[in-house]
Amino acid sequence: MAETAPADFVQPDSFAFDAESQAEIAKTIAKYPPGKQASAVLPLLWIAQRQMGRQTDSAWVPTKAMDEIARVLDIAPIRVYEVATFYLMFNTAPVGKFHLQLCTTTPCWLRGSDQVVAACREATGLKGWKENSPDGLFTMTEVECLGACVNAPILQVNDDFYEDMDAEKTKALIEALRRGEIPKPGSMAGRQTSAPEGGPITLTTLSFEKAQ
Amino acid sequence: MVKVTVDGIDVDVPPGSNVLQACEAAGKEVPRFCYHERLSVAGNCRMCLVEIEKAPPKPFASCAYPVAEGMVVHTDTPMVVKARQGVMEFLLINHPLDCPICDQGGECDLQDQAVGYGRDTSRYDEHKRAVKDKNLGPLVKTVMTRCIHCTRCIRFSAEIAGVPELGATARGETMEVGTYVEKALSSELSGNLIDICPVGALTSKPYAFVARPWELNKTDSVDVLDAVGASIRVDARGPEVLRVLPRLNEDVNEEWLADKSRFAVDGLKRRRLDSCWVKRDGRMVKASWTEAFAAIAAKLNGVAGERIGAIAGNLADAESMLALKDLMSALGSQNLDCRQDGADTDVSRRDFYSFNTSIAGIEEADAILLVGTNPRTEAPLVNARIRKRWLAGGLTVAAIGPAVDLTYPVQWLGDGPALLAGLRNGNHPFAAVLKAAKKPMLVLGAGALARADGAAILAACWALAAGSNMLTPEWHGFNVLHNAASRVGGLDLGFLPGAGGKGLSAMLGGGVDVLWLLGADEIDTARIGAGTFVVYQGHHGDRGAARADVILPGAAYTEKNGTYVNTEGRVQRGQLAVHPPGEARPDWAILRAFSAVVGKTLPYDSIEALRARLEQTNPVFARVDILPRFGCTDQAGPAGNPDAVAVAPFVPAIANYYQTDPISRASPTMAECTETYVAPTRAAAAE
Repeated sequence: MAETAPADFVQPDSFAFDAESQAEIAKTIAKYPPGKQASAVLPLLWIAQRQMGRQTDSAWVPTKAMDEIARVLDIAPIRVYEVATFYLMFNTAPVGKFHLQLCTTTPCWLRGSDQVVAACREATGLKGWKENSPDGLFTMTEVECLGACVNAPILQVNDDFYEDMDAEKTKALIEALRRGEIPKPGSMAGRQTSAPEGGPITLTTLSFEKAQ
Repeated sequence: MVKVTVDGIDVDVPPGSNVLQACEAAGKEVPRFCYHERLSVAGNCRMCLVEIEKAPPKPFASCAYPVAEGMVVHTDTPMVVKARQGVMEFLLINHPLDCPICDQGGECDLQDQAVGYGRDTSRYDEHKRAVKDKNLGPLVKTVMTRCIHCTRCIRFSAEIAGVPELGATARGETMEVGTYVEKALSSELSGNLIDICPVGALTSKPYAFVARPWELNKTDSVDVLDAVGASIRVDARGPEVLRVLPRLNEDVNEEWLADKSRFAVDGLKRRRLDSCWVKRDGRMVKASWTEAFAAIAAKLNGVAGERIGAIAGNLADAESMLALKDLMSALGSQNLDCRQDGADTDVSRRDFYSFNTSIAGIEEADAILLVGTNPRTEAPLVNARIRKRWLAGGLTVAAIGPAVDLTYPVQWLGDGPALLAGLRNGNHPFAAVLKAAKKPMLVLGAGALARADGAAILAACWALAAGSNMLTPEWHGFNVLHNAASRVGGLDLGFLPGAGGKGLSAMLGGGVDVLWLLGADEIDTARIGAGTFVVYQGHHGDRGAARADVILPGAAYTEKNGTYVNTEGRVQRGQLAVHPPGEARPDWAILRAFSAVVGKTLPYDSIEALRARLEQTNPVFARVDILPRFGCTDQAGPAGNPDAVAVAPFVPAIANYYQTDPISRASPTMAECTETYVAPTRAAAAE
């Protein structure tokens, strides 16, 4: 859940978009008709959050970044604050280098998300949601449906989905992340996207000759 | 017009109206929280539900549903009643039941509507949410748990006040209204948030836990803390004025009130002069009226008329100014001045010194040039009207003076009056804009007239107006924006140096032996000659009283019946809400009593007789409250050489909006505002 007010942590004193972000901003704003640049507030927040991730290993949007976006788009800062706090995709407080977003909505829950959450807690040592581990590596966030129910349960790390999780795979994933490895995202059960477990079965057993 | 039937009553409403307006036209009450006539439609409280025939069978939010020809609306069907009950139940889920300790109690929309449209009992047993209170500065107190998220305050600050600082952050259960980053609201209209908040989330900080609405005596009056003359209601309990609220007046303040006018009233209880004081052996000692009058009479004895003078202050009512003027002429003196700022005005015609377009007339203008004025501090409600006009579209505003944020876009042409020449002869690019405009306006600040080249600036502005299509028989676009409530009244009744009489500076520099200050506190008292005997008549122990030899305690604007003329030239009557403290008396009565002591008895014994004399002096005083619109048929300009303007840049006429007069200087709330809003700016400027 989005923070309602920045507290308990230090906001940076300043924020400036780097060259990479600025190139992206120019391209983004150009997509909107003249006079409607304010609509670019969502992509710009996303650009700011990714820049923070690049620069500080913590992908979040500080208030100064929102002020900078307001300046770039020529809107009141509060209008950016409203949007940034409305969407859970934007972190208004610092997060760990690996932001573990755990889906606990019904399909994931039915497929064992409770075990995934417990394994996450065990492997990271984090007790509550939205807590940052002391080494700055992990933050656990409970999220609503990630839209990949067919591969439930899902654990989203930063921008990538790790699917078909269970307790063992979760622990292994977190240990790998801790070692600095980034396992390939996707199904952890070896499925091809959301195809059946054990490989394709549709049409493989059907005999056309017999049917005729 | 669109024909709509509401509960069987046929009404015609203008196209584009919403169903709620149609219901009101039919005389049907529709409950609402988020809808407000002067704000954009949000449609989020869902309280104004109605049923519409031949529409999908569901309740409609009437504030956000446009009318259509032949629409049949019902406001009292079982479905509507049940729907409203349901909405009210939802609103009350998270609303605390703390009415007994809530300052809104007794004038709360939620309280009233819960009684009128809610269920009689609560079915809710779960925990209510709690929200952290926000600090919005020294004026607005917040209890955010009470907020029902109607977003009126958000829309007011963004639309009317023009300071988009409030917003709704987060969402759902965690949604909160606030500024996100804690800061004091930077608006001179923030007090209006208290009025528009339908619940007790935003209440008055200085008035917290002071009184209940049913304990108050309410008196309709007029505000005098700036020259706008906003309509106010003075709420008093016993001898104390507890608060001031705006009163609806479409021509002047609509339903808004500036913060100084609303919150400076706690200054009425402090530093008051409640008895006479006379200087004896270099020390001020308390005295009776008889002793004080005798001291003045003794001093006046043998002093020639031309060695006596009088200065009227910014809060003086027209009656007392006229009484003082009559007293002075009876004493043989022509030394009068009501212009404490030393402004040079041409009073040969009334339109040389008033806001001729009228405040409501701003809404017709399509180009405005501000000269040497910051309407945001000098007249916040005029500024709000300009902003309203700008929001409607098609308005260009340019200004000459130091650049400030006026809450709407302004082209800053420069900061000196020399620019006026370029505008007049068409060399300046903005001249073309003025020429092309159908109803252009020029607003000249009173501060500009107080300069040494004031007469030249006045003449230059008039000439510019005459040459830019501003002065036509249908449209008068020349305006002087005053910042003192007494000024136009004083000029109307001629509280000015008579033939051979001395003006302000001549009186101050030892030019008179006896100087009568009628609430004059904005003059530099150090300039008063050392040998001058000063009589201070007023209500606060401020600058004037500190220099006085005799102090006569007068009445503040809430304590007397008085006539004031606002910057438009609108004559308005203030009314007595409470009696003056202690020995203090209404000012005209003091002057009348003193006139008898010196044997020059003024010919009026009642305020009615004095008002008759006022009308006799200038017929404009006969027309109260109403101000007919007029054009300009005589383009001949005021005295003064338009080319004699100096190069010096304009300076702000008001250094600190929150402290401009004896009342606001005595107000702890205004002192706190100065600390919050003005001191940081000053500190930054000093660096």
